[in-house]
Formats: sequence, structure tokens, C-alpha cells
Amino acid sequence: MATVRVQAADFDAGAELEALTRGRADVGAVASFVGLVRDANDGQPIRGMTLEHYPGMTEQALQEICAEAGGRWKILDAVVIHRVGPLVPGERIVLVGVSSAHRGEAFAACEFIMDYLKTRAPFWKREDTPGGPRWVEARSSDDTAAGRWDEDPAGAAKR
Amino acid sequence: MVTLLFFASLRESLGSSREQVALPGGNATVSSLVEHLRGRDARWNEVFAPGKSWRVAVNQQMANLATPLKPGDEVAFFPPVTGG
Repeated sequence: MATVRVQAADFDAGAELEALTRGRADVGAVASFVGLVRDANDGQPIRGMTLEHYPGMTEQALQEICAEAGGRWKILDAVVIHRVGPLVPGERIVLVGVSSAHRGEAFAACEFIMDYLKTRAPFWKREDTPGGPRWVEARSSDDTAAGRWDEDPAGAAKR
Repeated sequence: MVTLLFFASLRESLGSSREQVALPGGNATVSSLVEHLRGRDARWNEVFAPGKSWRVAVNQQMANLATPLKPGDEVAFFPPVTGG
């Protein structure tokens, strides 16, 4: 069972990754991803953004994505923390951490969880631009990134 | 009755975040519910017009037009997700 949290507050990435390995000696690798708010998107300066989500479904979707990763690779534990509410450029949005015996599984599962989160977890970003607020449009490149795990899961695992 | 939830740009376009509606008669599906909603007025008709990009979840699981509905279901409509 992965650790999944959706919260307004910031997180301590180091402490969360430390928790993946505390009290156990079977972990040989921890891979992680941290997503941050950029100060520009689609040619527009971004003053901040607000993240909305679907309480209940979000946590369930993240758990399912982690379980799916656990079915594809031998991972030992995973943590996903995603922030919601108002955020400004430079702030952390999301943390994905995965532990495994060897690095290949941790790298692959971490990227897989992030790719699936981008296309399956019910979060929506509304950016504050000089022209006013705008809802971020889904990118087809995110579907492509998530889809490659379906086309060639074995190849993806070996990368 | 089913509970409808609307998120993000759909919530703003429709001016509704949550409501209860009676299921259309017969074997209700997401498709028959959406047709029913489109009949409300021009705004609802436009938001759910063919070719518009939206997603639906039934009882917090991703669903599609063919998904059957029963009384008590929670049906959520939202744009393609943009988290991460």
C-alpha cells in the first residue's frame, strides 16, 4: 500500500524519501520526481495557479496508479504527495518517490506513476496570467507519454 | 436520483458544482443522462455538444457514454485532467 496524500501544505521531500527506507535494509534504490510551478507557460508569464481536485476520487486514482506500478515492477514502496489550492512560481506541486532493490525498477516505476498521474488523476490547474485566469488545457504529449507504457511495457521497463 | 458533480471549467461554464437529478427513464446510461442534460438550455447543449472534450466518472471510477447508471450513483463531469 503506497502512501498517498493530497494536501494544501508544502512537503519535505527529503523526509518523505527517508520514510521509504526507514527501518528496512532491503532497499537498494530510491528514485524520485518533484514537480514545481514554473513562472511561464505557453508564452505567458504565470503569477500563480490554483489546483482543484475531486476529493475521494483523487486519492483512489493515485492508489490505483501505484498498485498498477507495483504489478509491473518489483517495487518495495511508493509515496505520492500532490498539493492543491493556490501556489506561486517556485513552489513544489508534486512528489513521487519509489523504492526497490535495484535502480531500474525504481526509475521506471517513478516515471510511470508520474505519466499516469498526468492523464488519470483528477486534478485541474487554473493559471493566473496578466490577461486573467485561464484553465490549463490538457496536452496531447501527456497522453503520448502515458500511452508508451501500453505500447511496449517490456521495452519501457528495460530502458 | 443521482448526484451530479462538475469540476474546473465545466463547473464554471455550467454554474453548478453539485446537484441531484432524476435519472431519465428506461435503462439509463451516461449517454442518456447527457442527452437529458443537453435538453436543458443552450448552455448545457453547448458544453456537452459532440466533439467537446470532457470526461466522466461514475462512483469515482473513470467511465464512458455506455456506462449504466442506477439510483444513488455519483456522476462527475470534468475536463481532461491537468495535474502534476
